[in-house]
Amino acid sequence: MATDIIIHDKKDNVGVVVIEKITPKQDCSCWIMEDDSTINIQSLDEIPLGHKIAMTDLKEGDTILKYGHDIGKVVKSTKKGEHVHVHNVKTKKW
Amino acid sequence: MEIPKSFLGYKRENGRAGTRNHVIILPVDDISNACAEAVANNIKGTIALPHSYGRLQFGADLELHFRTMIGTGCNPNVAAVIVIGIEPKWTKKIVDGIAKTGKPVEGFHIERTGDIGTTMKASKKAQEFVMWASEKQREECPLSDLWISVKCGESDTTSGLASNPTVGNLMDKLEPLGVHLCFGETSELTGAENVCAKRGATKEASDKFLKTWNAYNDFILKEATDDLSESQPTAGNIAGGLTTIEEKAFGNFQKIGNCKFIDVLEPAEEPTKGKGLYFMDTSSAAAECVTLQAAAGFNIHLFPTGQGNIVGNPIEPVIKLTANPLTVKSMGEHIDCDVSKILSREMNLSEGGDELIKTTLRVANGRLTCAEALGHKEFVMTKLYRSA
Repeated sequence: MATDIIIHDKKDNVGVVVIEKITPKQDCSCWIMEDDSTINIQSLDEIPLGHKIAMTDLKEGDTILKYGHDIGKVVKSTKKGEHVHVHNVKTKKW
Repeated sequence: MEIPKSFLGYKRENGRAGTRNHVIILPVDDISNACAEAVANNIKGTIALPHSYGRLQFGADLELHFRTMIGTGCNPNVAAVIVIGIEPKWTKKIVDGIAKTGKPVEGFHIERTGDIGTTMKASKKAQEFVMWASEKQREECPLSDLWISVKCGESDTTSGLASNPTVGNLMDKLEPLGVHLCFGETSELTGAENVCAKRGATKEASDKFLKTWNAYNDFILKEATDDLSESQPTAGNIAGGLTTIEEKAFGNFQKIGNCKFIDVLEPAEEPTKGKGLYFMDTSSAAAECVTLQAAAGFNIHLFPTGQGNIVGNPIEPVIKLTANPLTVKSMGEHIDCDVSKILSREMNLSEGGDELIKTTLRVANGRLTCAEALGHKEFVMTKLYRSA
């Protein structure tokens, strides 16, 4: 099965869509770069190339991990499989 | 892949080697642009480097102006230089700085002569220089004569996933062969600053990096009127899926692979600690950053992009790579190296690094970059504060 989503690090709670787009209820194959493992997830939203998907349920105040590192905070609760972007995540800097 | 041990470059008087053989007409200040451009129009094969500053600057800002001007002239991609300024004193200062390399350089000032007389005198000298430079031949130079700078732009998540790590893979492979390397973009390491600081080869290098980052961050916090939305990340970054500056920073940071930086450079400062990786304190705006790196003596540039930044530089060839298949499809004329197959897993990172090494050597040997063929010559001075 082709890779639909790439995840940098095992600890990450988001993945990146690497096909043109994924559609709601699509069964997606996710490749974790760190240990070369594969997991599956069903999407809830349409998500374009390069945008992120929540790999777990996220609640307000949670930290988003990507590259195994803190890249910002959740400002609106988000379900596993939903689109993660500027509408639900903000920087902790600036 | 076996990495070639040499490339074909232009050997310079001071022992450096160029990947290009430019004769440049360098205006000292904004009001000398017209004369410099007139000379470049008269004498074919020369290029003028117009810019917006050089008057009433003072202190560190003026020092940076001189460092950028002199460094640009000293770059080994430049065979000879005509300097044109309004006044004799600053013109001479730049000529004297460039002359230390041993390359042909001559200065002209416009005051008491006017544009037309100065254009005539400078054109005669420029003709002499360009005809002399045209006889220079490429010769075999060791790979260690490559000074490679890197900067990414219009990044998206594909940059952090593939094109930036491809540059990192190239660094990991070329650093042991004795090349000079340089990364910058102080503000775009925000969020990854502590992880980056740990990559200092010495405690001094790490401390100097954090001091530099803190100073830049303090400046941004002082001037910021909102959360910098649409400035950092840019609207293009956001369209490409990048959400926060921290996410952008960790993607950016992939460009240095597993290398450690041996020193932190001021903007446009020439590295003096020998081969290896350097961090330079630069703006994250593409043309400003590349201009500073070229002024520090770097002779070939790697520029990973996601959404499709199109920047070039008049003296340092800028090689674009992308992993975004939509960018390859819609903006292919700007892309020198396509690593989009990393995302579809038809290419691994090491294969991507090898492809980029091949492209880099072809460009070092003389192949034009997309940006050169398309006429991109962005030469942008970094200004630290208002003039007096």
